[in-house]
Amino acid sequence: MNPENLLYAKTHEWVSLADEGGGKVATIGISAFAVEALTDLVFMELPKVGQKVKPHESICEIESVKAVSDLYSPVEGEVVEINEPLPDQLETLSEDPFGAGWVCKIKLDSDSGLGDLMNHAAYEKVCAEEAH
Amino acid sequence: MPTTANLVQTALYDWHVKHGGRMVYFAGWSMPVQYTSIVDEHKATRTAAGLFDISHMGRLGVYGPDAAKFLDAMVTRRITDMKPGQIRYGLVCNADGGILDDVLVYRWDGQLASMPEPPAFHMVVNASNRQKIIDWLTDRQIEFAARIEDLTKSTAMIAVQGPRAIEKVDPHIECELTSLRYYRGVATRVLGYDTYVSRTGYTGEDGCEIICPEENAIEIWAALLDAIATVGGCAVGLGARDTLRLEAGMPLYGHELSENITPLQAGLDFAVNLADRDFIGRDALVDGTQGTRPVRVGLQMDGRRAARETCPVLYEDQPVGTVTSGTFSPTFERPLAMAYVKPSASAIGTPVVVDVRGTHLPATVVPLPFYERGK
Repeated sequence: MNPENLLYAKTHEWVSLADEGGGKVATIGISAFAVEALTDLVFMELPKVGQKVKPHESICEIESVKAVSDLYSPVEGEVVEINEPLPDQLETLSEDPFGAGWVCKIKLDSDSGLGDLMNHAAYEKVCAEEAH
Repeated sequence: MPTTANLVQTALYDWHVKHGGRMVYFAGWSMPVQYTSIVDEHKATRTAAGLFDISHMGRLGVYGPDAAKFLDAMVTRRITDMKPGQIRYGLVCNADGGILDDVLVYRWDGQLASMPEPPAFHMVVNASNRQKIIDWLTDRQIEFAARIEDLTKSTAMIAVQGPRAIEKVDPHIECELTSLRYYRGVATRVLGYDTYVSRTGYTGEDGCEIICPEENAIEIWAALLDAIATVGGCAVGLGARDTLRLEAGMPLYGHELSENITPLQAGLDFAVNLADRDFIGRDALVDGTQGTRPVRVGLQMDGRRAARETCPVLYEDQPVGTVTSGTFSPTFERPLAMAYVKPSASAIGTPVVVDVRGTHLPATVVPLPFYERGK
């Protein structure tokens, strides 16, 4: 996926929205900036298919040598698909964060949370401030 | 949290920033947590050599005719019989035997031309405890002909650690570093600058630590980095310093050590000399209740998910203690942790369970240190 066409949460998740079967499905991943900041990844758990999630709610953990971080849902809905091989191939997160490194797909129940998401240009500004 | 502007910078701060150091707040200082990757920096130290800016550590000079007697009354380790060139690890305790800090006391061999009246001893303390220890010692030095001075900001401190460290640093040092024994220290010159050099460290590797005037730090740092880079060595941040010391079973103040923990609970008996002397906290350490308190143990786990500080430890479904430090070990590629547990769950081989944010993971009590270098 082209990172310039994605939406981003302040907490560094990316979101790609698509229309599927009359509803909206969001594919969620972790931005290249966040993967780079985490470094030395050793463990990750995935959310569960069928899990109901809300914006800003932790849906799974990702762990580096240094610390444990939460992945937050940017949207409200139900997890319908997960990237099962990902925890065994954590290098995918840094090699292809916006493609093969996707984490899960969430079928939206509402538009809740979408208003808080940023476009690529706005997100780059957030990253530049954090990196400073 | 203080803003960056309030943080103290070491003499090497600009170098760290320029070379990709990810700067973090640590005990009032702005320090590099890593330059590239904690795992890469950790492995470079274990296989070749790592260069560490440890200028944030507190460096105190102890002066006066009673300096030895004064320190002997303040530290759990005997100081009065220290000979020139000796270095000892000890604890500063309060009257209850609680640990105020863990420290190194140095009595240097030789003298620096630039310091005609050198301190009788140096003491290196944790950055997080520097002011507390200065206050504690200052309040008590009036009973002795002794005086301390804070030398932290006029000096820098650099560690070189790893199996190739000594041979690579040796050509830059006036003394013969290869013949300096472990836990010995000497006043000597590095690149012609007056320094104190000791064969000490906090990684479990062989190596040395150098105290130099802060204005010479950059030049010494750059020369030593060039020297170790020829064998794959690199600059190492606080992140790998933590994983290295954890593998080496070394306690860290604020985690394994605190004012609520005694040296005996921490398994630091070797650093406590009780016979024929008195020091603050001694009475509490011999009072007979020591054997009933939680003790420090090593925990080894399978899988990849690490136990972290504050995770509860259970044995036979009962809570028996708490993890104080934990990480995924880069050397052993498995989670390792240190914890305080009740004596009944502290025997080597005890199968315990760690509650990692709601997930119960099996762990085994194993001997410390986890890592010991080949001799």
